[in-house]
Amino acid sequence: MSLGKNKMKNLEIISGWGLYPRIQANIIKPKTIKELRDAILSNSFIARGNGRSYGDSAINQFNTIEMTEFNRFLHFNEKEGLVIAQAGILLKDIIETFLPKGWFPPVTPGTKYVTLGGMVAANVHGKNHYKSGTFSKYIKWIEIIDHNGEIIKCSRKKNSELFLWTIGGMGLTGIILNVAFYLKRIKTAWINQSKLVSKNINQTFEFFESNIDSSYSVAWIDCYAKGLNIGRSVLMLGEHAELDDINSYKKLSPFKTFKKRKLSIPFFFPSFVLSNFSVKIFNSLNFIVSKISRRKAIVDWDTFFYPLDKILNWNKIYGSKGFAQFQCVIPLSVSKKAITEMLNLISNSKSSSFLAVLKRFGQDESHFSFPMEGYSLSLDFPINKENLLLINSLDEITIKYDGRFYLVKDSRMKKKTFESSDLRIKNFKAFREDNLSKKFRSCQTDRLGL
Amino acid sequence: MKGKTLLVLGAKSDIGIALAYKFAKEGCNIQLAARNSETLKDDCSDIKIRYNVDATFHEFDALDINSHESFVSSLPKLPSIVISSIGILGNQKENEKDIHKAIEIIRTNFEGIVSVFSYLANDFQSRGSGTIIGISSVAGNRGRGSNYIYGSAKAGFSTFLSGLRNRLYPYGVDVITVKPGFVRTKMTSHINLPKLLTTNPNKVAKSIYLAYKYRKNIIYVKSIWKYIMKFIQLIPESIFKRMKL
Repeated sequence: MSLGKNKMKNLEIISGWGLYPRIQANIIKPKTIKELRDAILSNSFIARGNGRSYGDSAINQFNTIEMTEFNRFLHFNEKEGLVIAQAGILLKDIIETFLPKGWFPPVTPGTKYVTLGGMVAANVHGKNHYKSGTFSKYIKWIEIIDHNGEIIKCSRKKNSELFLWTIGGMGLTGIILNVAFYLKRIKTAWINQSKLVSKNINQTFEFFESNIDSSYSVAWIDCYAKGLNIGRSVLMLGEHAELDDINSYKKLSPFKTFKKRKLSIPFFFPSFVLSNFSVKIFNSLNFIVSKISRRKAIVDWDTFFYPLDKILNWNKIYGSKGFAQFQCVIPLSVSKKAITEMLNLISNSKSSSFLAVLKRFGQDESHFSFPMEGYSLSLDFPINKENLLLINSLDEITIKYDGRFYLVKDSRMKKKTFESSDLRIKNFKAFREDNLSKKFRSCQTDRLGL
Repeated sequence: MKGKTLLVLGAKSDIGIALAYKFAKEGCNIQLAARNSETLKDDCSDIKIRYNVDATFHEFDALDINSHESFVSSLPKLPSIVISSIGILGNQKENEKDIHKAIEIIRTNFEGIVSVFSYLANDFQSRGSGTIIGISSVAGNRGRGSNYIYGSAKAGFSTFLSGLRNRLYPYGVDVITVKPGFVRTKMTSHINLPKLLTTNPNKVAKSIYLAYKYRKNIIYVKSIWKYIMKFIQLIPESIFKRMKL
């Protein structure tokens, strides 16, 4: 392993959103292009945004370059909805700036506390992948700083290979500096939400497929259901509300919603709080409440897209050891089979997943991005021995059915697992070799041998 | 705040940029002035896009006093409010040996701002409105052996602001003196500051905005500093000169 040229100066113990693993790293926080170029002179480094990837993909012990000072809007074209912004800007700022003008991100992940650069590097998807694809679909061009400190503009037409490997490339092709991307027009800040409650996995899949025309869909699965009930879910569908959908009071300023109080977890919850028993009760209660609550409602954008952002540091509820998120995608033809197998495995184990989310993906052509046509399951597990073993078994099922893993969520996968999950790895390695971009590396790439 | 314009002198400083964002958020148009001002271009577009206000950047050098008259007349619009966040702390030990360095500190912190403020003050007086905000320092309340070059420049600046306030009062022009105490910025990044007495640029910007809104005269950003300085000023000189401060 190569050491950075710079002396270690600003050492801090950092982690991803999952608080696992925690690694001591040298943090650099450049404010200007010059400072950023100086940081790149070293031999090993990775860019970091707002630290919302779950594991170790934005950590490099020698040089972790925090890009949050690069957070300005550079241009906005009101006719096309084209935004040019620096990569360290938060999605939250993008929404707060452009929603009042009638624009919204066409694709958004489940939190608004990610940076624009992070959204490109992970090529994020939303609850609408089957309809709208990944974020990259709305990117016009990207500016990247390469290993020489040179700024390179790339798009589908210009330097296209660099562009295609950068989207979903986990920051391994260079440091993303500026991004030009399109927003979509909306009429109000409100969402028409409808809930469907399914009895079992068959019905859950039926609901997804029969609502494939809906703009957004996502299912929350009750992981504790057993036997015939396995896979029972609450499916949420959403459509951007038109002016006529909202009442006359909201119509006065259709882009305004009401400020909500943010909750914050003041300390790590002791482990018994999220014990199997309490999670079981929570899951069942949530299921019953959903069953009897109103099926249709008008909710604001924040509630629909970012329910977890309401609790500022919800990652602390899993206790001080942190948690691991598992997210896989399984090809459409075998999705149901594989996911049923996974749910059976969890339900028969002693482990508990507080959140289990199922999403439908559409077709996706990309060099290294996560999605493929099929279904994606994500699960959260507090870190402990049994859970880590359980996730390994889930890895095996994923590979058995030719699925793959979302690197931005991973914190513990084995090199062998990763290598057998994705044939594209070889090409990415070759590209990195050819383009001398091996200096861009994270603890995750070292672990996975990328 | 709609339709008002704020001119920030020393817009590249952490306090200067925080002030620009705070006032822009309240709907104020912004003029940013500093040396090598073209690096403020990105900040201007960001302010415009975020807050739907106008933002421009202008070349300004506090030490080049011969340029100040034309600087003021070349502004696209005479601002409603002017704030100077210009300041250099310098190094006392170095200033004791290198007198040129000491003079430069006094010129930047005092002479340069007095010059540009005087042109603006005359224009504000004839218009019959405006607010002039100077960021001075608690270091100007009493001269201490460890920091009296910077301190004396700030003392002069505070006295200038006090006189200006008195002179312009009949013309409806407000003058505000700001004494932030310790602020965590680029200027102080090399010093270990006591947490209790230290604030940050965003908090300074917020209290300056409130001082503007409520037409205050002299503000201490952290009120504890008011009492500390009152106490320090009470110490008789015969004792004070023996103290290590």
